[in-house]
Amino acid sequence: MSRLPNDFALSNLSRRGFLKGVGATGALVLAASWGWQDALAEDKPKKFGADGMPNGWIDDPKVYVSIAADGTVTVVCNRSEMGQGVRTSLTMVVADELDADWAKVKVQQAPGDEVRFGNQDTDGSRSMRHWYEPMRRCGAAARTMLEQAAAAQWQVPVGECQAQLHKVLHKPSGRELGYGELAAAASALAVPARDSLRFKQPSEFRYIGKEGTKAIDGADIVNGRAVYGADVHFDGMLYATIARPAVYGGKVKSLDDSAALKVPGVLKVMQIESRPLPSEFQPLGGVAVIASNTWAAIKGREALKIEWDDGPNASYDSIAYRKELEAASRKPGKVVRNTGDIDKALSGAASSLEASYYLPHLAQAPMEPMVAIARYDKGVCEAWAPSQAPQVTRERIAERLGLPFDNVTFNVTLLGGGFGRKSKPDFVVEAAILAKEFPAKAVRVQWTREDDIHNSYFHTMSAEYLKAAVGKDGMPSGWLHRTVAPSITALFAPGMNHEAAFELGMGFTNMAYAVPNVRLENPEATVHTRVGWYRSVSNIPHGFAIQSFVDELAHKAGVDPLKYQIKLLGPDRQIDPRTLSEEWNYGESPERYPIDTGRMRTVLETAAKAAGWGRQLPKGRGLGLAVHYSFVTYVAAVIEVEVKDDGTLIVHKADIAVDCGPQINPERIRSQFEGACVMGLGNAVLGEISFKDGKVQQDNFHMYEVARMSLAPKEIAVHLVTPPGDVPLGGVGEPGVPPIAPALCNAIFAATGQRIRNLPVRYQLQGWQKAQA
Amino acid sequence: MITLKLNGQDHPLDVTEDMPLLWAIRDVAGYNGTKFGCGMGLCGACTIHIDGLPARSCITPIGSVVGQNVTTIDNLHADPVGQVVQQAWLDSAVAQCGFCQGGQIMSATALLKPTPIRATSRSKRQWSATFAGAAPTTGSRLRSARPRLT
Repeated sequence: MSRLPNDFALSNLSRRGFLKGVGATGALVLAASWGWQDALAEDKPKKFGADGMPNGWIDDPKVYVSIAADGTVTVVCNRSEMGQGVRTSLTMVVADELDADWAKVKVQQAPGDEVRFGNQDTDGSRSMRHWYEPMRRCGAAARTMLEQAAAAQWQVPVGECQAQLHKVLHKPSGRELGYGELAAAASALAVPARDSLRFKQPSEFRYIGKEGTKAIDGADIVNGRAVYGADVHFDGMLYATIARPAVYGGKVKSLDDSAALKVPGVLKVMQIESRPLPSEFQPLGGVAVIASNTWAAIKGREALKIEWDDGPNASYDSIAYRKELEAASRKPGKVVRNTGDIDKALSGAASSLEASYYLPHLAQAPMEPMVAIARYDKGVCEAWAPSQAPQVTRERIAERLGLPFDNVTFNVTLLGGGFGRKSKPDFVVEAAILAKEFPAKAVRVQWTREDDIHNSYFHTMSAEYLKAAVGKDGMPSGWLHRTVAPSITALFAPGMNHEAAFELGMGFTNMAYAVPNVRLENPEATVHTRVGWYRSVSNIPHGFAIQSFVDELAHKAGVDPLKYQIKLLGPDRQIDPRTLSEEWNYGESPERYPIDTGRMRTVLETAAKAAGWGRQLPKGRGLGLAVHYSFVTYVAAVIEVEVKDDGTLIVHKADIAVDCGPQINPERIRSQFEGACVMGLGNAVLGEISFKDGKVQQDNFHMYEVARMSLAPKEIAVHLVTPPGDVPLGGVGEPGVPPIAPALCNAIFAATGQRIRNLPVRYQLQGWQKAQA
Repeated sequence: MITLKLNGQDHPLDVTEDMPLLWAIRDVAGYNGTKFGCGMGLCGACTIHIDGLPARSCITPIGSVVGQNVTTIDNLHADPVGQVVQQAWLDSAVAQCGFCQGGQIMSATALLKPTPIRATSRSKRQWSATFAGAAPTTGSRLRSARPRLT
């Protein structure tokens, strides 16, 4: 490990004293994790990986591991579980180094407390990447302490004692003691120094990298016992819904609550104040209806008569805005990477190819809508919610209620999906505000699906323009790409009209093809709604545009797209991202995480081989290919699609090849890529949020459709590629999304000759055969 | 006061007749396994059984089911078909976040029961939103559970 200060001392620091230092920076603290702060703090020494995250990492087994007298091992999970399996996977790591029996291992969810538990932001596909090593150290240290305790009891050298499957053995004498019997003595020992720890060899692993470990929450899920946000229940609790402004920045002009107050069960109607734009993570304000059950709160809200002042975004119209973005993409903009001479390449080329792509806003729409419970009494607030960002949630509650940080407790439930939406604590702060009005009562704020879709933190909307100078060999000698999209950073400060380094670094600046003349530009875009993180974020537009364009170039050249891709990648090499003007690199060290074109080629070839690439298929059926590097993981997808004449798509198979470095929990890795594939297909074919008069035009799943069984591939095969040599862990949760839409649209082209450049696909293929006739 | 026959017991509930079963089951009767996902009968997370047939509890007024037997995922383990489906789900690690899985399991159980269901298998499979992508595994689990029931 690169960092060896005594972190145990850090955990003993006064939490409040420590937070004084970072609290003042507010929103920047979270934004730092996404690289936004890097540009503002160039004087600071650059830290990478978990070291660079707010509050870093902790590897103290006394914080993370406890063993009861009956031998039950409880491992604390500091990250939020939203289906990625982190409660199982991190626990597997500790249990393996501890050599614990999985049947005797439990997991306990950490409350929001980063000084104690290290960084808890469950986003950026970072949980395993940043916590694998600290959790191994926790397990190894706890195992060592058990061995030391046994040695002391037997009065033998510790080197003769060996932990093995929940027991410590003394082979010379044949004695053994169970972990439960040793727990009390072991816990009194000092934690061994990091550099003294002995780690297992991979050949000794019981759980890491192995199949068959049962998901720790599996049985609770199938029995309906798993506790998600809305399942936190207190006797006598109150239930609230909130009428929020439909337009970003809107305010209540007048309110008539007389009818609402007559609805049986409605107890109170109260206004929640909004904060000036940009809204950051604050509630949007509006009118809350508090009732004795959820249904009464819903009926009460329907009976409110509210006149709104829609504010500065009242005219936001996404059709007009799209035209603005597309116009901007046709003009020069801020240059973010410039290699060689693109103008000369274009003027001197045998030919050129240009194409524009468009991708609409999306809503994360996790299956579990936002919900939060809070209780306030005598200056102390406790809250429960399905949150990806427990520390930030706690900070915002303390700030909004004017409480010391220590007087706020925040508990994380299971998340019914998150996808970035639940990284924002606006919905929990709402519950805390209402709870303060009803001291000693628990208050639950329930968002409806309509609330969720109207008041998401939307995925950005994007116009992408590409132009290539094409040589006689069909290969590009010049590459011009402009991306125009409102930036997430506009949530935090006014005037943020360019994509930040972390957004551009998602598949745009780090474009790794071997092209001598490259210019990448980012023209301005002004934001008119709340734009936020959505699973894989800006990789979605960048990946779609680039991978569609390469397919177009291949067809123009008359070369098989797989062969073209490999030629375009150039010789296998490791690229320092800084040489591509890419400083962010997902927060990882450029030395430890270079871009490896050999790994990109390998995933391409693996997916193509598995899919039987090159097969002849009948008209109306085709194979499409795409490769995308994101979250320091390499992914290629081949999709086989059949296009009916009415435009209906049948996805016969998706072959997805993944090189995410070492694989800790292969079963969950595959399920993440299966899920990302289905989500990516839903986005590509159906996903669109549009605005008119500042208001979202979709209300619920009948208007904002997600993939259902008919769109899901008949088969998804995830091929986990063994990484070459000693490479560090890559991300898993997000990198499966970006290659799906371009692979699908490239397959549609192969099947029909129709090029889809604007998403979603929707009805664009209706009657395609007749159109061709 | 409405008496709801829920999971084999009579529950007298102080609710209005128009209250969707979902909220009566969750907020008043206190069974949490049935989830709110959309409120329009679209996503299937709230699927329950009414006299053995699947229904969307978020759009079923409690007043319309008086005298009928309502079963939720919380009590599905008492159903022999339900047990098989739950085990099949566990054996193949179907669930990801799991939020909609209670509803999926209730739908699958009803589909596999001898009770005639007036819908084709295909339209049945269209019933649930499959966001997290448990869909491929779900389909294969349905196929694997069927022989175990014969």
